[in-house]
Formats: sequence, structure tokens, C-alpha cells
Amino acid sequence: MAKPEGVVAKPGSSKEYKTGSWRTEKPVFKQDKCTDCRICVMVCPDGVIFGSDKKYYADLDYCKGCGICVEECPVDDIEMVVEVR
Amino acid sequence: MKKIIEGSMAVAEAIRVCRPHVISAYPITPQTHIVENLSQFVADGKLKSEFVNVESEFGAASVVLGASATGARTFSCTTSQGLLLMLEVLYNIAGLRFPVVIVVANRAVSAPINIWCDHQDAVTARDTGWIQLWAEDNQEVYDMCLQAYRIGENPEVSLPVMVNFDGFILTHAFEPVDLIEQKDADEFLPPYKPVQYLTPKNPLTFGLLVDPEYYTETRYRLQKAMEDSKKVIEDVAFEFKKKFGRYSGGLVEKYRLDDAETAVISMGSVTGTIKDVVDNFRDEGKNVGALKIRTLRPFPKEAIYSALKDVKNIIVMEKSISLGLEGVLSTEIKGCFYGKENQPKISGFIVGLGGRDISKDSVRKTILKAEKELVEAEFVDLKYELIGGKLL
Amino acid sequence: MKKPEITESLLAPGHKACAGCGEALAARIIMDAAGPDIIVTAATGCLEVFSTLYPQSAWKMPWIHSLFENSSAVAAGIEVALKALGRENEAKVIAQGGDGATADIGVGCLSGMFERGHDVLYICYDNEAYMNTGIQRSGLTPFEASTTTSPSGEISWGNKTDKKPMPEIAAAHKIPYVATATVGYIKDLEKKVKKALSIKGPKYLQVHCPCPLGWAHDPSLTIKVAKMAVQTGLIPIFEMENGKITSVRKIAKKRPVEEYLKLQARFRHLFKKIGGEEEIKRIQQIADNNIKKYGLM
Repeated sequence: MAKPEGVVAKPGSSKEYKTGSWRTEKPVFKQDKCTDCRICVMVCPDGVIFGSDKKYYADLDYCKGCGICVEECPVDDIEMVVEVR
Repeated sequence: MKKIIEGSMAVAEAIRVCRPHVISAYPITPQTHIVENLSQFVADGKLKSEFVNVESEFGAASVVLGASATGARTFSCTTSQGLLLMLEVLYNIAGLRFPVVIVVANRAVSAPINIWCDHQDAVTARDTGWIQLWAEDNQEVYDMCLQAYRIGENPEVSLPVMVNFDGFILTHAFEPVDLIEQKDADEFLPPYKPVQYLTPKNPLTFGLLVDPEYYTETRYRLQKAMEDSKKVIEDVAFEFKKKFGRYSGGLVEKYRLDDAETAVISMGSVTGTIKDVVDNFRDEGKNVGALKIRTLRPFPKEAIYSALKDVKNIIVMEKSISLGLEGVLSTEIKGCFYGKENQPKISGFIVGLGGRDISKDSVRKTILKAEKELVEAEFVDLKYELIGGKLL
Repeated sequence: MKKPEITESLLAPGHKACAGCGEALAARIIMDAAGPDIIVTAATGCLEVFSTLYPQSAWKMPWIHSLFENSSAVAAGIEVALKALGRENEAKVIAQGGDGATADIGVGCLSGMFERGHDVLYICYDNEAYMNTGIQRSGLTPFEASTTTSPSGEISWGNKTDKKPMPEIAAAHKIPYVATATVGYIKDLEKKVKKALSIKGPKYLQVHCPCPLGWAHDPSLTIKVAKMAVQTGLIPIFEMENGKITSVRKIAKKRPVEEYLKLQARFRHLFKKIGGEEEIKRIQQIADNNIKKYGLM
């Protein structure tokens, strides 16, 4: 049977590569003043902030540590902390 | 059914029975009659294709690329400057392994601008990864169009195919052409069944960035596919002959080569003139034959060697030149004999540039000269009065 | 801790965009607003390079990259093929390109796609220079930004021209929908993508995307910088339907352009060199002209 000839890739296979290793600081969700506005989820360039019910987290396998979520959180409920590996 | 029609109409008629889903082209002399005829077929409802008028040949090639990626059978048509403008896309289509078919009405390239026939356009595109078929007459180009889809769409091949025929000399010539009925064409060329295409049902990514870790293998596979397509090109030609009675494709055509001491190699319509000269020589008792290259890429070096291994003199007459060296075909023919015993003398002549007629007399003189001496990249029928009275 | 149920984006993580990339953010928002039944093309550029390093791809929809300048023509081919194959209800077609691919090298194919009326949404990710090749100027680089091919120097203030008016050029093709958006206002961006896709015919959406690398701002400030661009009037956010402006994002409190320029090292020379104040006035004039022209206040 014919084999597929062109160079193609499977959908979403980029997940095999973990960009979390790029990071020097990570976002810590204090889960203190969270209002469930979900702005952090919305503004993450990599789409790796998940959660609900005032409990959010960044998937640290992929979070690049840009800090946009910290900057944009309207209630200062996320902070960047230096990561010791 | 035989009909006397213009070469451009022959191509349009062939494409009509191939039922491409998408046609996109940009007008350029001498290709225009082909796209005009196809447009009229679509306008009259005789051909159910989407005909996309574009802003350039670059756009045309890109539109058929996108359509082919979506699983459509596609067609485009161009020549000369248009082909050169497509060049970037041509490489891309081949690398993506989409079986697009285009017809090229071969024409000289600028500067100086010249709208008449030679082969510089398509020969320049020989390294793109496209299969290149070259027709001698309008029946051949008609037949090759049908064969082109069969070859390219074979999943083991998955390569684009360029069918070449001489601008003006053939595009505008009226010849009898045996036309194939739609139902027979459908039997020979069933609908295209792509292995992979753009669809949300299987959301693949095409056209990736491939780094040094993987790039070499993509080129290797392309090279292998080209090499392997030689068999498919021949098989398809045999199958076509079985169904329609004509062997009008394949790799090469041998003409009176049995016991020939001298063989003339050519592509395209000039082969007709050469065959006439061969006939004259044969009548005089001289053992001269001819070999027509029907497939320039993949290059049929085995077929050429086996056809010419007993010949003493090879004369290559070609309508293009790799400036600073010699005709491309000359170099490649020499390569066929590298490392072999009994190497023939191989001479190269540049003929018919920018539409200059080639007379039987010129062909005859050229052959006689090359039998006596080795000639490299000689321009036939050079007008000395236009270059200061003598060779530069 | 058990991870809660997650909804992953149609642009999967693991791609190699810089931290804080405005273009990656825009692409993710746009794909999620548009998908999953879409077929997407992309021009050569950052977006294509960071997302499709073989053998991996971040895209979860059928996706193709061909060349730098033909994203719109390839999309046109896809659209007509779907029609010819009787599959037009299978997917909507989206073409993507950066500012260089859109306004410079690909403008011919884009114009053809508009003129022929293909049912394609074209997205221009405007990060205002050729970032993929190392921050060279494009037709959408703003006035006096320093790029590697329009550097500030002893006798230069950087880029000599202002942004090519691509939305107006698109609208001049009489296409039904043209809009600008920005990663600064994500809800607005989502809304415009959905609206565009509800309209048949060619659509043009130009999305302002800060580039932390090329603009030299802190990666955490991507959204702030994008919002500031709007609030100064330098980046007007509007919609044009059938050639007429039908909505604009009003500026509540106008910010002086200095506040925007100061955030980015590409404008640093304006604050360092003697005579910079005069140049900043010229940039303020561009912002003020936009405010007047589009009725931003």
C-alpha cells in the first residue's frame, strides 16, 4: 500500500518538547484574592494556565516564565519567584 | 476520433477529459490559446472546473498548490518568464509532493525579450523535482497530458509533472489529433485519491521547518521517488498504448537506431526535421539514426545508454544552453557513458534559439561535420555579419 | 493535587515562540475563536518557524505553509478546491502572515485574493518588522523605530516612513470586512474573528502584536505595551464594513506618545540624542492625526 510521501506532522505534537526548561522564574498563584476573572488564562501566550473556581495554575512543563499573567492579574494574586533547579 | 485542431486546443481538449477540479493560470504568449480554450469550456459548461484568474504566474502556481493540498486535481499552464516567476513555487510543490500538472509552451527567456520557441525556460527548471515530459507533436502532447496525471498521482510517485511542447511551432500549429472520448479517458484516468490532504478529519501540518537533522532525508526521498518514477512513466505509456494504440510517452523514442553509427539526440518538434534528415541519409546508405528524449527528468540514463551503446558518433542538438559551459543535454548525455567501454564521440550543437528555424540542410551539415570532428557547444547557423564577421 | 479538567488551545504548547510573544498569543486566541473546523495557511516567518519544527507541530487544525509571499494565494486555492470538491461546508479558510509577508512581499497575492472575492479570512500579525530574520524594517514598521536595516545613527532617526495603510488598502478592494485589533484587547480580537468568519467573502484583520525581542521591551509587558499603543492613538482600532468605518475603539484617556515609546528600546534613541524632542513631536503628530481621522476621542 502506498506510503504517505510528503513531510507532515501530527496535530499538536509540539507538546513533545517541554519549553518549561527555558524558565528562570515561575508564576506562583497565591489563590488568595482570585476573583475567577480568568484574565491569566486568556493572556498566556502559550495557553498553559488552567483551572477554575479561583484555583489556577500554570503547566510548568511548558510555562516559559514571561510573567504576563503576573503583570495582568488585576488583584495581584500571582507572583514571579526565582526558580531553583 | 481524429480532428484537425490547433496544438493549444489539443492541450485544452486533453485537460478537459482529465477533469481537473481547479485550473489557475496567467496569460502569456504563446500559452494564451490554451487558457482561452479552457476558459471557454468552463464558460460553456463543458468542463466543471473552478477557473481562477490570477494576478501572476506566481499566484497561479500558488493557487494550484493550495488546491492540490486540499485533494483536488489541478492544472496550470505557462511559458518562459511565467515559468521563471513560478520557479520558487515549483520547488515548493515538488518538495510538498503534490501531483500538480502544468503544460509549458516552451519559449526563450529575456533579455532580449523574445516570444518564440526554445527550451531555455523548462530546462532551467530541471532541478525543481518535477517530472518533465517533452512532446514532439500535438498528438504526443495530447496523450502526455493524460499520462501526466496518471504518473504524478500514483501514490508511489506523488510528484508534479510538467508537459513541454514547443511554443508557436506546436501551440499554433494545426495537426490532426486523435481525441479520446470522456468515458475512455475516465477509464484510463480514475479520480485522484490523495493519501494525505488538508481536512479537519485528519488535521495534519504540511510544509514544516526541517532542520539539518532531517532535511537530507527529505531530499533523498525525493531523489528516490524521481528515480523510481521511471518505471511508472514507462508502465503508464504501455498501458496507454494498450488502451489507445499509441506509445506516446515513456522515456525515449528510438528512430532507425538499429545498426546506426551516428545518432542525433533532440527534444521537441525539431526531432521531426531530424527524422527527415535521418531518412535521407538512410536512403543514401548511411547508418544514421535518432533518439528523442521524451522524459528529461527523471533523466533516463540507462535507456539512453542501452539505445546508443553501439553508436560511434552522438550529436546532441538542443535549444538551450547552460551559459558558460554547453548545452545541458550534452553534458548529461556524456554522463551516460562515463566509465563505460567503447565511449562514443559526443558533440553538442545549439540550435533554434529564440524561434530561429532549423532547416534540413543545416541539420545535415551539422551531422556531417560532427562525424569528422568533435564539436562542443557550436551555435548552428550563426550569422557572422551580426557578430563582427567572425567567431568571437 | 489532582489537575482540574483542562481545555487545551488549538495552538498547542511546546512551540518555540519567545517568552511573552505577542504573535503567539494572538494566534492562539484567533485559532480558538475560529476553530476547530478551519483550514489554515501561514507565510514564512516567526509564526511558522516557532510552531512547526519538524517532526513536531503546534497546530491542531489542518495547516499548511508554502512560501513567504503566497499564504493568501494558497488559501484561495484551498477555498476553490473545497468548492470544486463539494466540501465547502467542511471548513472555513484562514490565511496568516506577518507584516512583511502581508504588506511587502505578499501584497500582490493578497490583492488578487481580495479582488477575486475568495471566502478567506486573512490575518496580518503586525509586529512591525521582519522579526524572524533579525528585526529588519518592513512596510509596517512605524516612523523612527530603530531596526537592523533602519538603524538610528549619527545622521539617522531610524525608520524614515510611517506604517503603510494596509487596512485602507484592503478596504479599497471593496471587501466586506476589514478590521484592526490588538493583543491588548483580547475580547475585542475574539469578537472580530468570530464576526469576520460569519461574513462571506474576503476579510482582512490586522492584529497589533508586540514583540519583546524586536521592540526590546520586558516580556511581561506585552499586553501593557499593546494597550498603550492604542491609548496614544498610534494604533487605531476600528472596523470597516463595505468600505466604511463602522466602529472605533474610543480612547478614554489619551496618553502622550512618550509613554509608549519609553517602554521600548527600539525608540531609545529619541530620548538620548539631541533633537529627540522634536522627533517625538512628529510621532505625536501621527497619533493626533489618527485620533482625528478615525474619531478616536
